[in-house]
Amino acid sequence: MSIFRLLAGLALAWCLALGPAVATAQVQDDTAQTLLQRLAEANNAEKSKVLKQIAESGDERARSWLEAFAGGKLATVKSSGYVVLVTNNTGRNWQVASAVTGDSMGEMSRRDLDSIRVNNALRSQVEGILSVVDLTVADHRTRRAAARHLLGRVDAVTAPLIEERLEVEENDRVRDLLANALAIHQLEQGEINAIEQLSGSLNSRVRAALNNAASSDDPAIAAAAEKALASIEQKLKLNKAAETLYFGLSLGSVLVLAAIGLAITFGVMGVINMAHGELIMLGAYTTWGMQQLFPGQPGLALILSIPAGFMVAALAGIIIERSVIQHLKGRPLETLLATFGISLILQQLVRTVISPLNRTVVTPEWMSGSIMINEALSLTLNRLYVIGFALVVFAGLMLIMRRTRLGLEVRAVTQNRAMARSMGIKATKVDIMTFALGSGVAGLAGVALSQITNVGPNLGQNYIIDSFMVVVFGGVGNLWGTLVAGLTLGTINQILEPWAGAVLAKIMVLVLIILFIQKRPRGLFPQKGRAAEG
Amino acid sequence: MSIKKHVKMGLSALALSVSFHAMAAEDPIKVGILHSLSGTMAISETALKDTMLMLIEKQNAEGGVLGRKLEPVVVDPASNWPLFAERARELLEKEKVDVIFGNWTSVSRKSVLPVVEELNGLLFYPVQYEGEESSENVFYTGAAPNQQAIPAVDYLKNELGVERWVLAGTDYVYPRTTNRILETYLKDQGVADADIMINYTPFGHSDWQSIVSDIKSFGSAGKKTAVVSTINGDANVPFYRELGNQGVSASDIPVVAFSVGEQELSGIDTAPLVGHLAAWNYFMSVDNDANYDFIDAWVEFKGDEKAVTNDPMEAHYIGFNMYVEAVKKAGTTDVDAIKDAIIGVAVPNLTGGIATMMPNHHITKPVLIGEIQDNGQFSVVWETASTVAGDAWSDFLPGSKDLISDWRAPLRCGNFNVVTGKCGGSAEVASN
Repeated sequence: MSIFRLLAGLALAWCLALGPAVATAQVQDDTAQTLLQRLAEANNAEKSKVLKQIAESGDERARSWLEAFAGGKLATVKSSGYVVLVTNNTGRNWQVASAVTGDSMGEMSRRDLDSIRVNNALRSQVEGILSVVDLTVADHRTRRAAARHLLGRVDAVTAPLIEERLEVEENDRVRDLLANALAIHQLEQGEINAIEQLSGSLNSRVRAALNNAASSDDPAIAAAAEKALASIEQKLKLNKAAETLYFGLSLGSVLVLAAIGLAITFGVMGVINMAHGELIMLGAYTTWGMQQLFPGQPGLALILSIPAGFMVAALAGIIIERSVIQHLKGRPLETLLATFGISLILQQLVRTVISPLNRTVVTPEWMSGSIMINEALSLTLNRLYVIGFALVVFAGLMLIMRRTRLGLEVRAVTQNRAMARSMGIKATKVDIMTFALGSGVAGLAGVALSQITNVGPNLGQNYIIDSFMVVVFGGVGNLWGTLVAGLTLGTINQILEPWAGAVLAKIMVLVLIILFIQKRPRGLFPQKGRAAEG
Repeated sequence: MSIKKHVKMGLSALALSVSFHAMAAEDPIKVGILHSLSGTMAISETALKDTMLMLIEKQNAEGGVLGRKLEPVVVDPASNWPLFAERARELLEKEKVDVIFGNWTSVSRKSVLPVVEELNGLLFYPVQYEGEESSENVFYTGAAPNQQAIPAVDYLKNELGVERWVLAGTDYVYPRTTNRILETYLKDQGVADADIMINYTPFGHSDWQSIVSDIKSFGSAGKKTAVVSTINGDANVPFYRELGNQGVSASDIPVVAFSVGEQELSGIDTAPLVGHLAAWNYFMSVDNDANYDFIDAWVEFKGDEKAVTNDPMEAHYIGFNMYVEAVKKAGTTDVDAIKDAIIGVAVPNLTGGIATMMPNHHITKPVLIGEIQDNGQFSVVWETASTVAGDAWSDFLPGSKDLISDWRAPLRCGNFNVVTGKCGGSAEVASN
């Protein structure tokens, strides 16, 4: 069977790429060129056949051609029909290299090139071919990814290959995935025994296969599939609950991060700072700026953005405090209006100076993707980092407020300004430092938010209401309150969302807060003692 | 004597021609540009303002129209819907512009509509919208639902075998109307209630965790599932990011979007999105010389090698050229004359076809389905065999299927009911 040759050939090619050359299966260059040209001219159905032929050719370049094709990186030169690999496809001129020899052909105008079209079905086919090859790779993670990819994609041709592979595979998880992949295929062929293998799995493709089987014409298969599904459903419920909790914590930690700076400027100092959101935005733009300074090293730039974002936002905070807020002490309405004006100014400044368009902040490799706890529950990494970051920032702030001279002075000034001043504390200096601290923390929130949302001029606006909500709900002037309130609101929101919808869930949370504030006007953790009267 | 007379005549002729020229030079065609340059919508609309400036500049370099130069009048409605109406009034009453190119959101168009109708102005609206409207004074150069949503659903159904549908959108008029049309359309085709999931999110929604998780479990019911997304603007970015993070690939659950273009993709790393789809009438990647010329001009105008073009920009390109042709045809910029002259005007679009202004003030467009590539561009995987004429009144909504729009004499009606034979539509539509 030709497909065996194809896969054997490809596997061989793959080994060759890694190990010393034993034998060379090499198609003549002009044959290769003809083959690729046929790929370029074919319609989708024919392309599928040509792809098989390419894989079958056993050529050591086949893999690179298939990968390039799947990535949309194969093109023909319009004038000559010569097939090229596109090595850089950004902008109006593309870097190309000969597909056959691999020699660079320099830059060519987009006008002179004709991309070879690929679509999802063809891409899926190529990935299928490559996955079977990848099953023989030494690295077990690649094997696992390949095996997962084969779930629901096994056909009569690949099934025997997988059976063979199953006998020699050593890694348990890969074996399990392969067995499932095979079982799905067998189930599709009407083998009832396959259901047993599938019954424990939480994988969504397995469930899809069982769901299909449950509506099968054969009552025995349908019943067995129903039973398997029921047991999966049980396990799924628990995982679903854990997932919702994780979503809640992750949304909550975003709220905490956004609000905690405000908990200091509004909560502790009593300044209604409507420009708080824009300070968050500055932090996010700092991250973008750092990534421009360190191109190609998004991870390093992100880490450096943490102190940089803090500094930039803190500096902006100091300027706002000195130029506007200090003159409006004790006049909350004027402060509100003035800072609202500042927020509009900052937004438009970013629009004019940088761009009205959103900026791309790259997520470093180590923050993308997710950790898979099991097939049904995986924790997205960027969110996990944000949860951790929120907790670290919170702990840091608690330390500063409880254990440092600055924290002591801040608490003294907020509790009794006149008394603190008569004790020799420079109240003005404390005001500046506190506002800078709160603003800096907003900057840190911006750095974190740049990883999960859009970095654009409107970034801050989306968070200002939520921030005030969290601070008021948690109890003004109480950092613990902010933490608990943020996490609670996040979790409630995520519990409500699946059955109420995102719009209604948000409204319900707001109604809930209004009702709560009616009962307890000072929030979850009201300040006690003399400061409360302030 | 005779010499004196001749000189006098010559002089007066000269004076006449001078004054005529002076008049022409003093009297340019004023083009109002009504796009938000600040606020939320600035992200999308600034590029359209620049497109108009570029097109006007080019037209002037070619000598203007009817020997008159074009003069842009730019105002900033600041993403504030009532302000759109005020600015439109200012353009028409104070600046006395001959034509307006503007608006993005449907709600801003609805706010401008009574003003251009009252003051008898001309408005070219370049964005895909929900339909159910046809004004004598508005020309819709973007797609109506039958030029975007319906063909996209057909593609998913026929080419990808999709049987289960998630209709996800932002909570406002365009997604709600479009989803209502799609829901009726799908049910007409025999899709069961249980196979349709409808989800709305607020503007700028950024926490997509539970929704993506819901879509995932909805998609594991054994039938091929797709998401039809009318999610607006940059809320798409965190949505796609969440899809990538939760491992939903285009081969499992493809997402076809109606509001995601090159501009939106320029803000994200598209590697995890490869294969997700968008339906438009133009893509920057379209292989056509007119398109390459347009891109070159745009890059040069912006002075930015990375500047991208998108579908609403092409709509302005078409609308502007149609207006120029109509002015030439009518020989005047008189609004009523243009309204009559522009119907039937045909200009080339950027995808190698011809756009014609239909009697219902919508235009003919090809429908393209593109897959997202890793360079932030779309690769066209499917397109309609010929152009599709925009339908102002959807055939899939109960109140509007009997309505037609025809602004030619003698009908001159935007909502003629073919059943009752009256102009004025049905009560249900009026309440929209």
